[in-house]
Amino acid sequence: MDFRLSIFLEVFPLLLGGAWVTLYITVVSVAIGTAGGLVLGVMRVSRIALVRGVATAYTELIRGTPLLMQLIVLYYALPSVGINLPAVAAGITGLAANSAAYVGEIFRAGIQSVGRGQVEAARAGGLTHLQTMRYVILPQAFRLVLPPLTNEFVAMLKDSSLVSTLAIAELLRVGREVVAWKVNVFSPFAGVTLLYLAMTLPLTKLARTLERRIDPERRVAGQLT
Amino acid sequence: MRGARQVVAAVLAVVLVPLLLGTAEAAGIERVKKAGVLRVGSDITYPPFEFMEAGKPAGFDVEVAQEIAKALGVKLEYVNTAWDGIFAALKAGKFDMLLSGITITEERMKSFDLVFSEPYFESGQGVAVRVGDRRIRRQADLAGKVVGVQINTTGQAAAEKVKGVKEIKKYEQLPEAYLDLKARRLDAVVADYPVIVANAKEDGKFTPVRGLQIGEPERLGIPVRREEADLLAVVNKVVRDLKQSGRYAQMKQKWFGEK
Repeated sequence: MDFRLSIFLEVFPLLLGGAWVTLYITVVSVAIGTAGGLVLGVMRVSRIALVRGVATAYTELIRGTPLLMQLIVLYYALPSVGINLPAVAAGITGLAANSAAYVGEIFRAGIQSVGRGQVEAARAGGLTHLQTMRYVILPQAFRLVLPPLTNEFVAMLKDSSLVSTLAIAELLRVGREVVAWKVNVFSPFAGVTLLYLAMTLPLTKLARTLERRIDPERRVAGQLT
Repeated sequence: MRGARQVVAAVLAVVLVPLLLGTAEAAGIERVKKAGVLRVGSDITYPPFEFMEAGKPAGFDVEVAQEIAKALGVKLEYVNTAWDGIFAALKAGKFDMLLSGITITEERMKSFDLVFSEPYFESGQGVAVRVGDRRIRRQADLAGKVVGVQINTTGQAAAEKVKGVKEIKKYEQLPEAYLDLKARRLDAVVADYPVIVANAKEDGKFTPVRGLQIGEPERLGIPVRREEADLLAVVNKVVRDLKQSGRYAQMKQKWFGEK
């Protein structure tokens, strides 16, 4: 171990700055990813084969390839077709595109967990497919997907460290810069680890609370409607 | 010095070549002056060449970059970039030139269609050992030893050419190699001699083997895109002026503790 408290204390404010960048990139990416994921989730249960096919192809492509490769393509290869994204834009695009694929699956599961009988009742009552989605299925699905969405946010928070390969000054990259500057590995990385924990712990706690609230064993009648 | 990841480099070269063929001839000096800013790409994790000191770029290369920007009459933007893909990023137009402790090699010029300035720094590979460990004095003493290097650097290339080395371990960053050296998982670390000297001053538990150089001397250069080779006239003049005025010796003393 080469941990030195003096280095740890000296560089902690720098790491805090990196943590802000991590948080910012994650929030923006998950926000875009959730919007995209909602669309994807609805497309995935569409009755039109083409719509379903497009959504499935996208989901498989994104989930079946490493995020790191997606980032490299976005940043280094796209300029060859005239799209020259700055590092932060490329990083957020990659994370958001990735998040959309995973959130899409979360929404699909949420949509499919709403009872078939409700859909049939809504259709029998004269609602169109989209109206059924909008007024019957999604309001219930939203509550069901809140805990997995929170977990997705935690996963993205950690995955965002991959954009350090584009030299975006997020938490891990700042940590690496300090390692090089101080020629010391553990003092900065201890701070990096603590800051990731400080960000993820409240979120995992939130996810647990949300899970309890929708637990059918415990929920009070009417709470979910 | 540091080298490109071969696979990524090859893939990117294939992807990027069509772009280059389609690029119009643009005089680099004119373009940079019009933009009013010189964008220099650098992996700022390599003291004393470049490192983030309390959140700001500092080091030998940073000062050279400042001089080049001054000569062009524009502002300097010292852009942090990852070593992995640094040449592809230059090619893709993310910056105007690179200053990142880069050794001049034929392969880099060909693979990325870039041209180097005249050498602005002479360097060579040195060997770091634990303080008090006197087993390694000559290159031949590395036989049977476990040697650490930073991945895809000319340090790795030099270590691979030494005969009889027991094992070469590759690390993302040098401090991780030093850590293993101090933990006795390594017998030696091969890296740029001046970098070892600077790192050893920070740490104090390892030291360069004085006077031992592995492999050939290396010359560092400043690459630009081939179609903007006119920028090198300015770069070369800045380097020559620095050397003649004595400023260069001062900078070397300041960052490397030697002249």
